[in-house]
Amino acid sequence: MSELKTDRELDLKGEVCPFTFVKSKLILEQMEPGETLKVILDYKPSVENVPKSMREEGQEVIEVKEVGENLWEVIVRKVK
Amino acid sequence: MSFQFTEEQIKRYSRHIILPEVGGKGQEKLLKAKVLVIGAGGLGSPSLYYLAAAGVGTIGIVDFDVVDFSNLQRQILHNTSRVGTPKVESAKMTLEALNPDVKVIAHNERIHKDNVMDIIKDYDIVLDGSDNFPTRFLVNDACYFSNKPLVSAAILRFEGQLTTFDYRNKENSPCYRCLFPEPPPPGLVPSCQEAGLLGVVGGIMGTLQANEALKLILGIGEPLVGKLLIFDALSTEFNVVKLRKDKKCPLCGEKPSITSLIEYEQACDINF
Repeated sequence: MSELKTDRELDLKGEVCPFTFVKSKLILEQMEPGETLKVILDYKPSVENVPKSMREEGQEVIEVKEVGENLWEVIVRKVK
Repeated sequence: MSFQFTEEQIKRYSRHIILPEVGGKGQEKLLKAKVLVIGAGGLGSPSLYYLAAAGVGTIGIVDFDVVDFSNLQRQILHNTSRVGTPKVESAKMTLEALNPDVKVIAHNERIHKDNVMDIIKDYDIVLDGSDNFPTRFLVNDACYFSNKPLVSAAILRFEGQLTTFDYRNKENSPCYRCLFPEPPPPGLVPSCQEAGLLGVVGGIMGTLQANEALKLILGIGEPLVGKLLIFDALSTEFNVVKLRKDKKCPLCGEKPSITSLIEYEQACDINF
């Protein structure tokens, strides 16, 4: 599978809920519709909560994948 | 859209930022907003406290009184050690300790005909939490003439009232004088020092005033325009009655008789 190229990347290693979502949202708010954001997480509950909250806000979650031991990437496309 | 919050601000305002209706964009609006509160008493205490907590960036307070023991039953910005301190100073200390993001401007003076326009000119929204009719009429007329939204609340005994006059859109908003064309004769309506007041009523109504201000700043929900909310603490009931624009209103009617500021006589100069 080819690596998705994203417009912005946010490294949130060491950050916990709800600030993983809060910080992702703040970056996304400053992006244009259609652009994509990659969020790097190492806090397991955030791997569920960030995509869930993003969807509730009407954003598109493109991918959630484990990329290493206790390390995940969430890719979101800004819809609105 | 670009904003830069510090790590502390992200944590402080996270519960706002999470809300879809607020977000970073809304929090930025709050930080840039300028709100004036008339009176740092029973209504002003809770409204000021919540406005500062919410991160309203500039908050003005007008009051000429000093903290008295009789205030402490409801005026939660002040405390026992502040008795004798000007209320605006006491309020400023409490609010700045709560949130250093907020610039608090203390107007330690009595509001009158010759300073009211100058005091309100730099603010976006005015909250009236004053305790006397001359001030209420003066603040109303000044907001009307300077096209500023006015969130008005009043409390007595076990009852509270609240409404918002949106003078940015006068065509669709009644004014205070549509409700009360002129002050009641001295002695007809008792003050809270005569009639008493359950402290918590100020807490409820002042908090609702802050809610109106936050909605106006954020541009969300429906402000309480053209409606008067009446709270009865004894039955714990809220009632909303419709307020209509009065064509014969002396201020906003078809043939207004009031075209400049009027200063009414204070029936009694003791303020609590």
